[in-house]
Amino acid sequence: MFIRLVYESFRRQRRRKLLAGTAIALGAAVATAMIAVATDIGDKVNRELRSYGANLVVYPQEDTLDVEAGGLNLKPASEGAYLREADLPKIKGIFWRHNVMAFAPLLPLQAEVSAAGGSEKAEILGTYFSKELTLGKERFTSSIRTLRPWWKVEGVWPAEDSEQVLVRTDLASRLKLKPGDELRIAGRSVRVAGILDPGDSTTEAVVVPLALAQQIAERPGAVRRVLVSALTKPEDAFARRDPGSMTPADRDAWYCSPYANSIAFQLREAIPHSEAEQIRQVAQNEGTVLTRIEGLMLLVTLAALVASALAVSAAMTTAMLQRRREVGLMKALGAGNPAIAAVFLAESAILALVGGGVGLLAGMAMARQIGLAVFGSSIRFDPVLLPLVLGLAVLVTFAGSAAAVRSALRVDPVIVLRGDA
Amino acid sequence: MNPRRSMFLRMLLRSALVRPGRALTALAALAVAATVATAMLNLYTDAGAKLEREFRNYGANLVVVGRGGGALPEGALQKVESALGGRGMAVPFSYAIAKTGDGAPVVVAGTDMERVRALNSWWSVTAWPGTSGDALMGARAAQAISLGSEPFDLSFQGRTLQVKPVGTLRTGAAEDSRIYLAMPDFQAWTGVGVSTIEVRAAGSPQQVEEAAQQLAAALPAAQVRPVRQILEAEAQVLGKTRSTILAAVALILVTAALCVLATLTASVFDRRKDLAVMKALGASERLAHAFFLAEAAALGTTGAVIGFALGVGAAAWIGRANFHAPISPRLEIFPAVLAGSILVAVLAALIPISLLRHVQPAAILKGE
Repeated sequence: MFIRLVYESFRRQRRRKLLAGTAIALGAAVATAMIAVATDIGDKVNRELRSYGANLVVYPQEDTLDVEAGGLNLKPASEGAYLREADLPKIKGIFWRHNVMAFAPLLPLQAEVSAAGGSEKAEILGTYFSKELTLGKERFTSSIRTLRPWWKVEGVWPAEDSEQVLVRTDLASRLKLKPGDELRIAGRSVRVAGILDPGDSTTEAVVVPLALAQQIAERPGAVRRVLVSALTKPEDAFARRDPGSMTPADRDAWYCSPYANSIAFQLREAIPHSEAEQIRQVAQNEGTVLTRIEGLMLLVTLAALVASALAVSAAMTTAMLQRRREVGLMKALGAGNPAIAAVFLAESAILALVGGGVGLLAGMAMARQIGLAVFGSSIRFDPVLLPLVLGLAVLVTFAGSAAAVRSALRVDPVIVLRGDA
Repeated sequence: MNPRRSMFLRMLLRSALVRPGRALTALAALAVAATVATAMLNLYTDAGAKLEREFRNYGANLVVVGRGGGALPEGALQKVESALGGRGMAVPFSYAIAKTGDGAPVVVAGTDMERVRALNSWWSVTAWPGTSGDALMGARAAQAISLGSEPFDLSFQGRTLQVKPVGTLRTGAAEDSRIYLAMPDFQAWTGVGVSTIEVRAAGSPQQVEEAAQQLAAALPAAQVRPVRQILEAEAQVLGKTRSTILAAVALILVTAALCVLATLTASVFDRRKDLAVMKALGASERLAHAFFLAEAAALGTTGAVIGFALGVGAAAWIGRANFHAPISPRLEIFPAVLAGSILVAVLAALIPISLLRHVQPAAILKGE
């Protein structure tokens, strides 16, 4: 009888059930979409923040001081220690290797450059443009372009292992160079692939492939510095502690958290005779920005949950209020309060599960659309959301209908059936 | 007062007072929706400005340097400041290559310590220099010179200056290799003028662009360079965050509006008997409908006012919780919230009215 009551109610009041179900589905969809976006926004924004460039730098332990100011480097090129280029792939072997988005070596030097328009002594930078590296079976590409996304090049980027170079705009105009022209660096003939507008305080006027720079400097396999761009976790008090003074358990926890400090520590371990440090301008600020944006999305999600809970419970309340006559009739026929409540709550539960399920799918689609439209990549969907959203839908639907059922049960059936309520 | 109008108002008032429960449920739904709408719209209009403030911590977005690497003209800092007119801050830097006691070259910089501290909040400094003769040592410079806190000599073009290291600076960039002195100390010693002014212009990318043009006009002898690293990354992250919030706010507004629409439609539909009684007593169709619409409009207005007040409070709380600064109430949102609220309420009344238009009052009263 119970099952029949519920079944017939769905069969005969299809429009009403559809309305309530739609409300639940809408609420669940908005809640799903917002929770999915909010849980993934940290990762998305973290990746966007990588457009600030490297947040870690690796340099040799015994390095001498940089003597560099106002766009001039007065450090003699022969001075200072070097890292070994052969050690670089080890960066992709550290514990947090998947968080390392990009890295690129730097080798600055000075040399005489000459072209048809004249000659002068210039700062030269050797780096990777698109270097294929392998560590074990893993292959990856390293390029300065991902670390300096704000560099603009007129012409093309040089190919790796080539004799092609980039020339900064001011030097190019002094030497009257344009893409395709020939340039001589320390007597070697190279081709200008593009004109570089760095838009920062880069001191080097010519950027060349690392191998070429090593040959000019006569330092095979040498690298002065390595820039690393990694996804990090905002720094907190724990991150700033010194790993040397920690208990073994704390040290493990510290080592296994992607703090800028612990990634720097792992880089130091990976590359012999090196010192690694966070570039504080980038590393420190991304933490605050990330925390703020995550907090903002959390609060917006909270508002979305309130709005969708409101929508669902309002729909359930009104649906129930319209059915007071049924309650009256059941009572008049001798049904007890628990039996009546059970019928209505069972109906709500079915509605909540069906509506919630439909809403969940729609919400996933919405989150995907938001991800694609805003970030150009779809939102990662956490399977934990499935029970969470369905549970929430049932809970909110129950809460919405329970109050209405209670008030319906209190009404005298005679009054309801006479139509005076 | 016109008796008809007075009767109309009386019916409106009594319908709210005699059945306060029903009116309150509808009002509550409207008010909560208006609260959420106000808070979200307020947040959306203000979040950009709040986030921009956070991005300001990344430091200078414009750099003023002398043309061809030379020094800036005398009084450049004052000109920059007057061109900015309080919409940003400017920090002067001068550089010189000095020699330490054992002849090793080191970059010494002169700057305004108070300002650099405000501009470059990421500088990790153990102690800021306070008095004349104090030096802020870059971490690597301190290690290379390694005298602890003993005063040491620096020489520049034959002139010697004794400085006392009071604090260490760590940034992970070129600053770590330098020694920072207060500008008066530096200039009295070297005689070198200001070579770079780092500027943090406040506001949106367009405003920063305008500030750059004003600076270039005020200082024809200098070159004003935008720091693309800061400007482009900021625009990218800010733009994407704003789009995400916009999408979220749109979803929330639609949900809130649909929820109110459903609740109100049902509550008006429930009162079809009232409509039938009015018609049966001889009220014209127009009058009866006007009555329901007026009721809806009144509900919408009240809901919007209550919701706006609560929503402004909610936005202020969100601002304080997340940005440690209250989000200021935006009065320009009120007309939008009010219009939206009335629109939804009237629409909610119109749907059942048009459904019931062709139904005979007798049929409704008989309960069919």
